[in-house]
Amino acid sequence: MNTRKVWYGLSAALIIGSFALVAVRHLNLGVDFTGGVVVETNFSQPPNIESLREALAKAGVPGAQVQAFGSSRDILVRLPPDPNARGEQIGAHILEIFSKIDNGVKLQRTEVVGPQVGQELFEKGAWALVATLVLILIYVLFRFTPKLALGAIFAVLHDPICVVGFFALTQMTFDLTAISAILAVIGYSLNDTVIVFDRIRERARTARRSGIAQVIDESINQTLSRTLMTKLVTLLVVVALLIFGGETLHGFSAALVIGIIAGTYSSIYISSALALDLGLRTDDLLERKATKPEEVDGLP
Amino acid sequence: MIGYARWKIVLVAIVLFVGIILALPNLFGEENALQLARDRAAVLDGDRIAVLQLLKDKGVTPSGAFLDQGRLTLRFSSKQDQLKARDVISDARHADFTIALSQASKVPEWMRNLGLGPVKLGLDLRGGVYLVYQVDIQGAVKQLLDHDEQDFRASLRNARVTYQDVQVDYPLNRVRVLFRDADAFAKGKAAIAADNRNMTLTDTTIEGAPALDFVLTPQQIRERQTYAVQQNIIILRNRLNSPELAVSEPQVAQEGVDRIAIQLPGLQNSAEVKKILGKTATLEFRMVDESNNPLEAAATGRVPLGSKLYYTRTKQPVLLKREVVVTGDQLTDASFQPNTQEGAAVSVGLDSRGAAKMLKNTQENLGHLMAVVFIDRSREKNAQGVDVDRTTEEVINQATIRGVFSNNFQITGVNPIEGRELALLLRAGGLAAPLTPVEERAIGPSLGQDNIDKGVNAMVFGMLAAFVFMAIYYKVFGLIADFTLAANVVCLTALLSMVGAALTLPGIAAVVLTVGMAVDANILIYERIREELRNGVSPRAAISAGFDRAFSAIADSNVTAFIAGVVLWSFGSGAIRGFAVVLVLGIATSMFTALMGTRALVQIIYGGRRKLERLSI
Repeated sequence: MNTRKVWYGLSAALIIGSFALVAVRHLNLGVDFTGGVVVETNFSQPPNIESLREALAKAGVPGAQVQAFGSSRDILVRLPPDPNARGEQIGAHILEIFSKIDNGVKLQRTEVVGPQVGQELFEKGAWALVATLVLILIYVLFRFTPKLALGAIFAVLHDPICVVGFFALTQMTFDLTAISAILAVIGYSLNDTVIVFDRIRERARTARRSGIAQVIDESINQTLSRTLMTKLVTLLVVVALLIFGGETLHGFSAALVIGIIAGTYSSIYISSALALDLGLRTDDLLERKATKPEEVDGLP
Repeated sequence: MIGYARWKIVLVAIVLFVGIILALPNLFGEENALQLARDRAAVLDGDRIAVLQLLKDKGVTPSGAFLDQGRLTLRFSSKQDQLKARDVISDARHADFTIALSQASKVPEWMRNLGLGPVKLGLDLRGGVYLVYQVDIQGAVKQLLDHDEQDFRASLRNARVTYQDVQVDYPLNRVRVLFRDADAFAKGKAAIAADNRNMTLTDTTIEGAPALDFVLTPQQIRERQTYAVQQNIIILRNRLNSPELAVSEPQVAQEGVDRIAIQLPGLQNSAEVKKILGKTATLEFRMVDESNNPLEAAATGRVPLGSKLYYTRTKQPVLLKREVVVTGDQLTDASFQPNTQEGAAVSVGLDSRGAAKMLKNTQENLGHLMAVVFIDRSREKNAQGVDVDRTTEEVINQATIRGVFSNNFQITGVNPIEGRELALLLRAGGLAAPLTPVEERAIGPSLGQDNIDKGVNAMVFGMLAAFVFMAIYYKVFGLIADFTLAANVVCLTALLSMVGAALTLPGIAAVVLTVGMAVDANILIYERIREELRNGVSPRAAISAGFDRAFSAIADSNVTAFIAGVVLWSFGSGAIRGFAVVLVLGIATSMFTALMGTRALVQIIYGGRRKLERLSI
């Protein structure tokens, strides 16, 4: 617990950095949130992206972003929401333009999201994040003391912020799957914190003599091997997802990897340290024990 | 070991056994298939036998045939057989069935009869189209007001009451009838009240003249809006189930207050389906005004009282009487007849009210001309990007009434392509409110297969890595953990197959993630056991303490992930919901397998030994 100032500093830097990145570079919001059109095509040979752009511009499809998606043969075209285009034939239209360049081009996927729907999905996503945090706070409050609960929530807030910062840094597409990854990260990162707290509570009862800082230190150390082992195994599977899961799951798995690393760090270094600085004392953790005998007395 | 109740071991064994049975159908894979459906009726076992006989005669043998939810599915071992069978059936029984190409699982008959089936795949894994339509509920209210306006005018006309005007004020949800004097007002009010018994009408005075107001109550507006969404869902379902479209397993559901989400698995070209879904085409039957000259009316722009000017396909003006004989919503049936003596035709059936009106009309007007008006309301965006409703009204046919008819007759003069579509739209009914597409996601079948392959790869490699790691680090206990992890995946698959939740690509990711999280419980227990052993506790006591003490930590940590999963489920749609469902179910199964399954295995391996000195952990 002595080095906690350093870790606070690091966390503060990460959080401020994440906010700064979002402010400066912005998030590359996916079509889910901005509305618009995404068309994914598969070419028989890697095409020249520049010539695809020209072909689209010539055919009167303005504002198209053309990029490789996964492999160099998979080309993703993204269009802003266009009030005049009904979106119905846009996939077929783009395929027709591309087929002049490559006969074997195939239409893989079309997504058309109205601007209003995009706005709503974004709001819904934000609400889901808030709702999850509030519910988890209530649960932790119910299970532990208020000071530990606050420490947990700060640590938990820290992780999604880092993930969002990561998305701003890499300019990876931030869409609905990214939101679900963040929610999974929140649920999962708290898991570690809760396990450390569980141990702190347990030790506070048995080792009443030692100071709370020592109890926290010991608890963290005792759960450390478990925390690292679990995280390692989870990272293994998530990295498998990142490598083999394909482009569709890329952002999702990347968000999980960052979230898991941030979560491990925050549950080891931040959550209990914050609880300590919020004035956590051994007595706080013993309340339950103190009330128990009275309950028993009330029984016949 | 301090006894672990035998019944718990038995319970674990039973659950695992049931899990394996339920998960088994997923191992069989899929084959090309045909789905046969009847329009608004179930396919029966007699049909199955007839179709099988037909195919046998033509030398195509399906590898399986079964009835499910009123549809007949025929499986074929090759693509050629599938296509050949389609041609055979469509040549011989064209009028009977809708035939859709699809995929079906190769699950054996007896398993299917027990209600066992594979996990349903989401659209992103099997390919298909997902559409969301916005129902114009304001438009539905407008339609209601327009309808009332028409009714009021009709009542006043029938009672021969003179009135100044009938005005509709959409923002105020009000219909107002303006009269010239108190006498007309009294008569008019009586006439309207007589025809519309449950309406609350208010008297008022506008610029010294009496007037009558009808205002929709907020409850009436809400009812109308709910009705519009519900009615549109029914109509869209009817349209999707009609033989003309031939889509397999369409799903139509309400989403939010005023949206309708449609899933069309396996559909590749959505253009035609979308064209049909958004249409509001209907018909009206009106008598031709034969006493006036339509050319003159068109040239001068003066239309005689009681008539309305229309144009035919060939832009010829026609004058039609204002009163409608029968409208499209009185049609009960419509079918397309490609080859009648007079070319393509649509034969229609009328409900009793329409039939009575038609009977009376044909009796009174023998030898006179009756016209069929085709009305198509479509919604388009103008140059400013604002939705505008465009109504096309065309006279498609005028014919002399040669005989008395009521509920069944033919309309000629339609062209073959449009006749087919018209029959579909008339049969399915008119939309209660206009629809606008707001979201569309289409995934090609090859991308779907690609997604499955990638998801399965990720799962296999992820799990292998976890398995090897656990076995090396925790030795025998690691192998036990591996076994319970595998059991967890089996149980999860079984649950998914059972509840019928669709597995999506994020869902597969959740399975992978669940493996990672399930390991957590094992690690918590094992680390605890190791710790107890280091403190010098005997192996048996260490095992007991490990399981007991780790329990609260495991429960706590899973509850938080569970909360996140439930929130995700309630807010998400489509693929995201697929992730949440698997996450939540996975937490449940992993708790069971990690706590009870591991314990049972430990008991089986170590429980029988008299002396337990070392644990392989």
